[in-house]
Amino acid sequence: MNLTMLLDMAADGFGERVVVGSRDGGLTAARLRELAVGGAKAVQEAGANAIVYLAVNGPAFQVALFAAAYAGVPLVPVNYRLGGEQVSQLLANHPGAYGIVEARHAEVASRAGLVGPTPKEWLAVAARCAAGPDPEPDFAETPAVIIYTSGSTSAPKGVLLRHENLVSYVLGTVEFADADAEDAALMSVPPYHIAAVSNALTNLYAGRRVVVLEDFTPEKWLAVVRAERITQAMVVPTMLARMMDADGLDRTVPTLRSLAYGGAKMPPRVIERALREWPQVGFVNAYGLTETSSTVALLGPDEHRAALDSPDPAVRARLASAGRAVPGVEIEIRDEQGKPLPPGGAGLIWISGGQVSGEYAGTGPTVDDRGYFCTRDQGRLDPEGYLFVEGRADDTIIRGAENIAPAEIEDVLLRHPDVCDAVVVGVPDEEWGQRIEAVVVPRGGGQVTSAELRDWVRGHLRGSKTPDRIALWPELPRTPTGKLIRRDIVADLTSDA
Amino acid sequence: MKLRAGQSLSSPVDTTTVVVIRAPGDDLDVTCAGVRLYDPRGGEPAPEGAADPGQMDGTQIGKRYADDDLGLELLVTKPGKGTLAVNGTPLGLKGAKPLPASD
Repeated sequence: MNLTMLLDMAADGFGERVVVGSRDGGLTAARLRELAVGGAKAVQEAGANAIVYLAVNGPAFQVALFAAAYAGVPLVPVNYRLGGEQVSQLLANHPGAYGIVEARHAEVASRAGLVGPTPKEWLAVAARCAAGPDPEPDFAETPAVIIYTSGSTSAPKGVLLRHENLVSYVLGTVEFADADAEDAALMSVPPYHIAAVSNALTNLYAGRRVVVLEDFTPEKWLAVVRAERITQAMVVPTMLARMMDADGLDRTVPTLRSLAYGGAKMPPRVIERALREWPQVGFVNAYGLTETSSTVALLGPDEHRAALDSPDPAVRARLASAGRAVPGVEIEIRDEQGKPLPPGGAGLIWISGGQVSGEYAGTGPTVDDRGYFCTRDQGRLDPEGYLFVEGRADDTIIRGAENIAPAEIEDVLLRHPDVCDAVVVGVPDEEWGQRIEAVVVPRGGGQVTSAELRDWVRGHLRGSKTPDRIALWPELPRTPTGKLIRRDIVADLTSDA
Repeated sequence: MKLRAGQSLSSPVDTTTVVVIRAPGDDLDVTCAGVRLYDPRGGEPAPEGAADPGQMDGTQIGKRYADDDLGLELLVTKPGKGTLAVNGTPLGLKGAKPLPASD
């Protein structure tokens, strides 16, 4: 089973349907297959052993993803926002790759020995080579995609996503050709993020047209949703927060039926506001990692609405959960020694299933002998199987003898009506090992002070969980995928001191 | 034959091809229009036989046909006119239970 099967089926089953881009001038499934086959032949002719993609998301990415599959080589989307040195280090792992490189990255790429067409040129190459017989790929054991995770403590590791993992994920969660011809999905996530890969596959298999927005702003997103009559979209939580917080914005989205979010924690205040602002939209919270081919647990639209309106506090609490395991996936919570815990027990989240890769370049599989992969996230399951994710284990603050989860304090801060965004980190301390500090982004025009916020936290949690200092910043340095690089925040806080 | 998840099988008498989604470890007789499916890349020649005119219900691309008791599930990757069956019993069309889009 490999990715070409998905595109072959799409071309056979709904070849005339536009699946990439605008309805006018977009690529049909049949045309996408032709270009992918053409691209594959160009790659094989070049004798390349991988396709490195160093550009923004768009039709060239979709063609590259499948061209790699038809050529039997991995696709390696690279984070073009990394510094030149880091990009060079990543590219050094792939000598002999066929590069698709945007003009503005050409210099960095060529210094690392990577030369290749721009995305636009790539599409022309693929079109030129499309004629003639299909390539005969050697379906060896090469991965379909290699995505480098942003390591929090060390150099990025390449996650090997095998064809079986990705196809397993698609077949387990999507019904073939399920989308109406009028459906359209909007993606605002860069191509080096797992969601961009899984989204391209799931939408194609469902027969749903995908539109890409490269540089998110609330205004642009809303305009595209209206202009392209978008029915489904995926965002990271900060995007939704910005859309809900902006003043004087026209937030009507008449065609939108479904909004998925993930990649970072969603502040409850933001999702509650969005649920009320857009009553016709079904919200989906997705939890997953690069190593698990994207979503392993999800909280669906009905579950969101039920939680919002429920008189039962246990049900209401689920609005902050990641939902339940998707078909084919098992979730286990284990303590530090590896012993599985019963429902309610807090520990590390372990995941198993056909879509789980857990395999890194150079180090091989990291699943245990029962096929479980450790996410290094802290969490717990409730008795109905709802997963609550409490934060990265590595982010745990150790103050004296006490382990403190930043998430617990962040949740309290985010509940304050004058707080837009918040992060809690451990800062080195001679006496305690680490002390707790926080950075808060106050609501525009709000006059909240650090002292008030410390009192707020002290009023909700024990004194030992009150941050020693709360800095007020105009914004937090989140990545385009909504993640916080905590060590950068610690560095900023300690350099200010 | 013993089937393997992920294996691609073809019908010798029509255009049907399937991918095995789930299979038990046992030997099963899986047929299309009464003639055994085979793996064209497995090296064996296509089984001989003529399509049974009484087993021509046809299949649709992208649909799953299953026998849940046996633990067998096939996904049709190319449709055809024949009926898929296991040990002589037609496979049932599996209903869709898609999840909300989450990517």
